[in-house]
Amino acid sequence: MLTIASVIPKIKDYAVIGDSRAAALVSRSGSLDWLCWPRFDSTAIFSALLDPEKGGHWSITPTSPCRFERQYIWNTNVLETRFICGSAQAVLTDLMPVVSEQFKRSAIMADHELVRRVICTEGEIEVRVEFRPRAAYGEESVKLRDHGKLGLRFESLGGVYWLRCNRPLRVESDRVQGIINLKRGETLEFSLSYAEESPAVLPALGERVNSAIDRSVEWWQQWAARSNYQGPYREMVTRSALALKLLAYAPSGAVTAAATTSLPERIGDTLNWDYRYCWLRDASLTIRALVGLGYMDEAESFMTWLLHATRLTQPELRVMYDVFGGIAPRERELNFLSGYFGSRPVRIGNGARHQLQLDIYGEVIEGTAQFANIHGSLDRATQKVLIGLGKHVATHWDSPDEGIWEPRGRRENHTHSRLMCWTALDRLLALCDKGLLDGAPREEFLRERERIRRQIETRAWNEKLQSYVSTLDGDGIDATLLRIPWYGLEDAASNRMKLTYRRICEHLGTGDGLLYRYARQPAEGAFGICGFWAVEYLALGGGTLREAHGLFDRLLSYGNDLGLFAEEIDPATGDALGNFPQAFTHVGLISAALTLEEKEKGEPHPAEETGANTKSVGGGLRV
Amino acid sequence: MNWSSWLLWGFLATIVLTTISAGTQGLGLTRMNFPYMLGSILTPDRDRAKLYGFWVHVAAGLVFSLIYVWIFQSMGRAGWWRGALIGVCHGIFVLVVIMSLLPGVHPRMASERHGPEAHNLLEPPGFLALHYGIQTPLSILLSHAVFGAILGAFYRLA
Repeated sequence: MLTIASVIPKIKDYAVIGDSRAAALVSRSGSLDWLCWPRFDSTAIFSALLDPEKGGHWSITPTSPCRFERQYIWNTNVLETRFICGSAQAVLTDLMPVVSEQFKRSAIMADHELVRRVICTEGEIEVRVEFRPRAAYGEESVKLRDHGKLGLRFESLGGVYWLRCNRPLRVESDRVQGIINLKRGETLEFSLSYAEESPAVLPALGERVNSAIDRSVEWWQQWAARSNYQGPYREMVTRSALALKLLAYAPSGAVTAAATTSLPERIGDTLNWDYRYCWLRDASLTIRALVGLGYMDEAESFMTWLLHATRLTQPELRVMYDVFGGIAPRERELNFLSGYFGSRPVRIGNGARHQLQLDIYGEVIEGTAQFANIHGSLDRATQKVLIGLGKHVATHWDSPDEGIWEPRGRRENHTHSRLMCWTALDRLLALCDKGLLDGAPREEFLRERERIRRQIETRAWNEKLQSYVSTLDGDGIDATLLRIPWYGLEDAASNRMKLTYRRICEHLGTGDGLLYRYARQPAEGAFGICGFWAVEYLALGGGTLREAHGLFDRLLSYGNDLGLFAEEIDPATGDALGNFPQAFTHVGLISAALTLEEKEKGEPHPAEETGANTKSVGGGLRV
Repeated sequence: MNWSSWLLWGFLATIVLTTISAGTQGLGLTRMNFPYMLGSILTPDRDRAKLYGFWVHVAAGLVFSLIYVWIFQSMGRAGWWRGALIGVCHGIFVLVVIMSLLPGVHPRMASERHGPEAHNLLEPPGFLALHYGIQTPLSILLSHAVFGAILGAFYRLA
C-alpha cells in the first residue's frame, strides 16, 4: 500500500538546481517537484513539493525497482542521479544551463531553460516520464499543444513554455507521459524553456544539450575555483558557496533566503512561511561569507543592492524586500494545497514584511563596513545612506521591536536588537575614524553607542540566572546571545559570556551539538545557524579551537548527502525542516569555517577590523 | 522656428523636469535617477556619473524639445495642454520603449537575462521601470507632462 510517507520525499532528499535567477528542486528519485519561473518568487509551475496531487511535477524514473545514487558534478550545481537497476544503469543529469555574459552575446539562447538528460550507461533500462505542469501553484491546469517537431507548448500567466524531447511521448491535454526504453549509450533529452517575449527561442537538442552541460560544468567549476578558502572543510564550504550563489539573483545582486515557500518548521503544523525574498538580517553574514571567500564581485553587488535597492524606505529599513527592492508582497494562504506532509496553510508573500526589526540596521552597516574595509573608500551616495541609517539608529534604538526571530506577537526590548544597534553605531564611528565617512554626527553616535552598551550590560544581564537574556530585564534565553562577542561588544572569554554559553547549552542544547534558537513548546527543529554560531563562539575564545572543530564536524553531519542544509534540523531524526536550501544556514557554515581558519592562522576576525571599540575576539579592548 | 525661444524654454523645461524627477526620488516615490543612468554610461563613479548625466540629460532635453517645437510649428499653435499631451506621449515612450531598450545599450546595466556572473551593474528597469518603484511611471508621466506644458505655454511660434 502506498502511504503518504512513501510518496513524499523528505526535505533532505531534495537537491537544488538553478541559474542565479530561479531554482528548481529535484527529488532523490528524479522527480522535479518545484520550479518557479522567471524568478525565485514567481508562481510555481511545478509544486508537488507542497501537494503531490494538485501541484505539478516532472518525474523521470525507472520502471523497475532500483537504487538511486546522486551527486553534484564536482564543484558545480549540475546534478547527476544514477539509477542502478540490477546490472542496468542510467544517469539523469539535471541543470539550468549557465554561460558567461560574453558567450550570451555570441549566441541566441532561451531566456530560461532547464535541461534533463538520461544516458543509459550499462545494460538496458526502461524509464517512465510524466510531465504534468500545473499553473499558479497547482491551482490551474495548463493546456498542452503539440507542435510536432518543434515540441510542446503551453502558456501560463503571460509566459510561454516549450518542452522539447528527442523521443516520442504520449500527449494528453494537461500532461505528457511515456515509457522509454534505453540501451547502453542511448539518451533521452529534454529541454524546457520559458519566455515572456515572443518569438521564444527553441533550444536545440542533441549535441547542443551536451555542450550546454559541458559549458555549465566549466562555468561553475571556474567560479568555485575562485574561492580563497584553503582550510580543512573545503568541500563543504564550496558546496555552501555554490548554494549561496544559486540563491543570489544576478540581475540585481540580491540574495534570497531560500528557494521555497512553506516547507514546515514542524511537520503537520502551521509554521510555514514564504522565504523567497531577501532578508536584511542575513546581510552581514552574507557579506562576511562572500568577502571571506574572495567573491568580491558578488559581495559588491549585494552591498549595492542593500544600500540602493532599499532606498524607497530609507532611512527606515524593512525586514525583507523582493529581488528588486520592492516590499515583499502581502501574505496569502493557498488553501487549495494540502501542504508538505499536511502542513497547512501554504503561504505566499510574508506577513512579517511590516515588522520592526532594529537588528537589521547593524547587519547592513556591519556588512558595508566589512566591504569598505577592503575597498578603502565609500562614494558620497553610500556615505549619505550610511549616515541616514546611523541617525535613524541613534534616535530609535531604545524602542521595542519584533526582533530577529519575527514572532507574530507583541514587541519587546530585544537584547540582540540592542547589540546590533550598538554594532551599527560602532562601525560608523570606525568608518569616521578611518576617514571614510564625512559629515557624520560623531558625538551623537558616540554618546548613543555608550548608552546602548550600558543598557545591555545592566539590563540584559540576569544576576539570578547568571546569564545574558533575550530581552531587557527578562529571563529568557535565545541563541543570538552567542553573537555578542562576534560583534565585539564583549570578550568571548569573559566570565559573563562563559556563563551565558553554559546557560544556552542547558536551555537550548539538544545534546548532540544542535541548538534551538529559543525555548518553545512544542519544540520546533533545532535552528541550523545557531550551531554554527556556537562554533564561532568557541573559536573566538569561549572554548578551545579543538572544541570548535569537534562541534563543527558534528554539525556538518546534519547536511544532506549533497551538503545542503534547510533552516532547521529535527534533533530526533536528523531530518531537515523548513525552507530549503537555506542561505542563512549556509552563510553560518561558511562564517564558522572562516573563523576557524582565521584563528588557526592567527588572523584578525572581521569585528577587529570593522569595529571602533570592539572587545572580542581574540582579546584586548581596541579603542 | 524661433530658435532663441526654443533654447530658453527647452533648457528651462528640462531643468524643471530634472527637478521634479529628483524631487519624486527624494520623496521616496521612485528610485529612478535618469541623470545617473545616463552618466553611468560614461563613468562607473557614482558621484561623477550624476554630474555628467545631468549635462547629458540637459542636452537630451534640448533635443527632445526640438521635436515639441517642431510639432507646435507644424500645428501652427502651441498652448500648455497641447504641450502636456505631447509630454505624456513622450513619457509613455520613455517608459515603454526607452526603458526596455536600455539594458541592451547601457554598458553598465544588467538585463533580466543576466547571470550567474556577478558584476556591479545597474539593475534593469523592467516593464514601465517598475523595478525602480511602483510609482515610477507616475513620476515619469508627471515630469514629462510638466516639461511639455512649459514648452507649450511659453514657446513663441516663429
